Amino acid sequence: MSALSRKRLSALGALGIALGLAGAFTGYRANAQDIAITNATVATGDGSEPIQGATVVVRGGRIIAAGPGVPVPAGVQVVDGTGKWVTPGLFAALTGLGLSDADGIDESDDQSARGSPFGAALDVSPALNPLSQHVQVARGGGITRASVATRPAGSIFGGQGAIVDLGADPRMVVRPRAFQLVDLGETGARIAGGSRVAAHALLRNALREARQFGNEGRLTARGRNGEMETGDDIPVDLRLVDNPAERGEDVLLTRFDAAALVPVVNGTQALYVAVERAADIRAVLALKNEFPRLRLVLVGASEGWSAARDIAAAGVPVIAQAMNDLPSSFEQLAATQSNVGRMVRAGVKVAIGGLAGTTGDQPKNLAQFAGNMVALTKVPGATGLSWGEAFAAISSIPAEISGQGGRAGVLKTGAAGDLVLWDGDPLELTSAPERVFIDGVEQPRNDHQTGLRDRYRDLDERDLPKAYDR
Amino acid sequence: MHQRFLIAGLGALALAACANTTNTKSASSTPPVAINKDPYPSTYRPYPGRPMALVGATVFDGTGKRIENATVLLRDGKIAGVGGAELATAGYDRVDASGKFVTPGIIDIHSHLGVYPSPSIQAHSDGNEATDPTTPEVWAEHSIWPQDPGFTRALANGGVTSLMILPGSANLMGGRTVTLKNVPARTVQGMKFPGAPYGMKMACGENPKRVYGGKGRMPSTRMGNFAVNRQTWLDAKADDGKKRNLATETLKGVLAGDILVHNHCYRADEMALVIDMAKEMGYKVSTFHHAVESYKIGDLLRENGICSAIWADWYGFKMESYDGIPENAALLSREGACVVIHSDDENGIQRLNQEASKAAAAGRRMGLTIPEETVISWITLNPAKAMGIDKLTGSLETGKMADVVLWNGNPLSVYSRPEKVWIDGALLFDSSNPRLRPVTDFELGQPGVGDVK
Repeated sequence: MSALSRKRLSALGALGIALGLAGAFTGYRANAQDIAITNATVATGDGSEPIQGATVVVRGGRIIAAGPGVPVPAGVQVVDGTGKWVTPGLFAALTGLGLSDADGIDESDDQSARGSPFGAALDVSPALNPLSQHVQVARGGGITRASVATRPAGSIFGGQGAIVDLGADPRMVVRPRAFQLVDLGETGARIAGGSRVAAHALLRNALREARQFGNEGRLTARGRNGEMETGDDIPVDLRLVDNPAERGEDVLLTRFDAAALVPVVNGTQALYVAVERAADIRAVLALKNEFPRLRLVLVGASEGWSAARDIAAAGVPVIAQAMNDLPSSFEQLAATQSNVGRMVRAGVKVAIGGLAGTTGDQPKNLAQFAGNMVALTKVPGATGLSWGEAFAAISSIPAEISGQGGRAGVLKTGAAGDLVLWDGDPLELTSAPERVFIDGVEQPRNDHQTGLRDRYRDLDERDLPKAYDR
Repeated sequence: MHQRFLIAGLGALALAACANTTNTKSASSTPPVAINKDPYPSTYRPYPGRPMALVGATVFDGTGKRIENATVLLRDGKIAGVGGAELATAGYDRVDASGKFVTPGIIDIHSHLGVYPSPSIQAHSDGNEATDPTTPEVWAEHSIWPQDPGFTRALANGGVTSLMILPGSANLMGGRTVTLKNVPARTVQGMKFPGAPYGMKMACGENPKRVYGGKGRMPSTRMGNFAVNRQTWLDAKADDGKKRNLATETLKGVLAGDILVHNHCYRADEMALVIDMAKEMGYKVSTFHHAVESYKIGDLLRENGICSAIWADWYGFKMESYDGIPENAALLSREGACVVIHSDDENGIQRLNQEASKAAAAGRRMGLTIPEETVISWITLNPAKAMGIDKLTGSLETGKMADVVLWNGNPLSVYSRPEKVWIDGALLFDSSNPRLRPVTDFELGQPGVGDVK
């Protein structure tokens, strides 16, 4: 943000340059449409309940206005939304979107790297493929933005995740190196050598080495940062770009990994910590005593409800999978579908996310998961979410946790022009998006799945084989 | 007492039927050894229930019928009547079900509960005897842990009253399946569905060739898969039955039509080859499981009377699932082929109703409108048929087992959940009564014990 402001000031008066920067900032596309959808049921994503008979206006790739009685400016294409719903695009927190073509095909799967000598230094950004079928399927399901991370495998650190948009264009990364991911639960313990004790020692050592490296490592002048893409990129530590820096001999981390953890330990980059058990959650919250600048986000937290007051008091947000209700592991004994509702009631900021697969946990099912949170409000003894809360948990809240508050996942003046026009209640199983806009650009709706659907609409091969049917 | 007698009678009948087919095909002069075909018999007995009248609900009866403002009568563990408001309810406890929905108990044809139970730790990995590509001699029931908490979630959140547990898919022939009533019990025999036939799990494609190719042995290719399968069938047919052989007994049970084949198979071309192999060897495939490409051969599946047990929308998690599409169920239904929605998952089994709804909605968007009452048959009567228990359960028809779910709204809506579930007329889940929420041994004294889950 501050980097952008400085550039803006320096470019004062040079309108073209200023527009160019603004474009880079919002992801404005030359082919963005100015569009107004009128008389629709509108859910803004901010936690409020849906509004009937409302209008949403997108102009220059951004939301201009949303609500009842909003006037349609001249020159804007009007779409009648009668009987339809309009929402911001959904935000899928913690996915593998763009990192694989099919999970089980090792040759094409970049979601984890057990054999890599690096951990924290891994950066998903250069590996992302916006043409992956999973990106297209998720977009067809109304998801317009996501955070993407690699799973910890060879190291307790998964590496640096990115914020992306799912637009059908070559530029997928909205914000590279937006967060670091570490696993301190059973998985992390196994990777660390066999115990949680080992994982905590590894983490502490890594953060101390990074702190020391950040303070003492000699910066040299040969490294050069790339162009700023979004105006608020976390600047790459120059030692990551090039050149050695002096280090002591008693170190465990590679230089590359140590440099990658500098922004974590100094609080410029969020640290996502995957844990499920209540005791583990509290151990994570206690890390702030030793490393006060950590910006923690809890991931998983199946037993979060039983530590909800502590999480709320620490002001740490949570990305929860929401539907876990089985003791799938000994760290999830207290799992219940009421977890999210109970944490929200305790004052925790909770996003539904972590749908990183292609089975029941595919990102497209986010809306179904949110709908189930609403269903719980009718189950005696359960704690669910109101419709508005449930929808916020898959739109504005994951955007806020991802550092995109006010810019994504919400229909608010100035936010990205990500709109979804649904044929009904977006949380209902029978509904689906009819049109999807990202930064004001209408998105294509054909992918591998729709191609197969259309080819096999009938099984008629009287004239030619199916291979000619497209 | 009356119920107990009925069930016991049924079990004896099934046993007698089995005895009649024992190795009658053997041409040897030495009489074959006698085989007890039910050595681990069901000890399940229905729990007591009161005569119940569910009044005023919308009924999807499982056979494809919808009845508004319906009356459903349960007595002595059986469906005693299904009709409109005119049905007399004297002598029954009345449940006001107006604004609610009633369906048959949900049936999952593909579950690994108990053989891959929660917590999913290494010590609980009992679903794949992955030491030999053909293990028709293993029986899933010998691996089942009845204390798997997954059973209770399937009941409370999914309304599941019957389910088939299969061995995994590492092997070409994975072993015998077992059908259970979703009733908590101290032993697996206490869960076994009385009178249900056995199934045999088979698997096509990537899994067997990967597992055994990875061990440097046959099969390591799809052609290897078929060669091993065919030779195994031929060897079983050549067995003279003089010495008991558990593997052969299962295979001969299939050839005799007593054991139903449940074949994990994703790709359309591979299913077509399996259909020919079955004809070559003289058996019938009941159901292709995980059949993500069934929509490419709906005609073939219809002609051969084979069901497809599928997910609503899983795709792209391995090469052979790359062509999965959400319209699969609807396209099959349009071809007149049998559709079953299955879970293969301890989470998915808790919302088969939701999965069926998504599959139907995908069809509607391409112009294939399938009535809600038909969609419910995908998770009730159709799986019952494919499992060979459709004469006993799977629909709300007089005389059938009173396996019934009362939903607090339309079961095809994301906002609905089971309110009450009866199994053989016994109320075994009631969302408003914490005493009627089963808790496994494993969960006693643990964090969250007895929670709503």
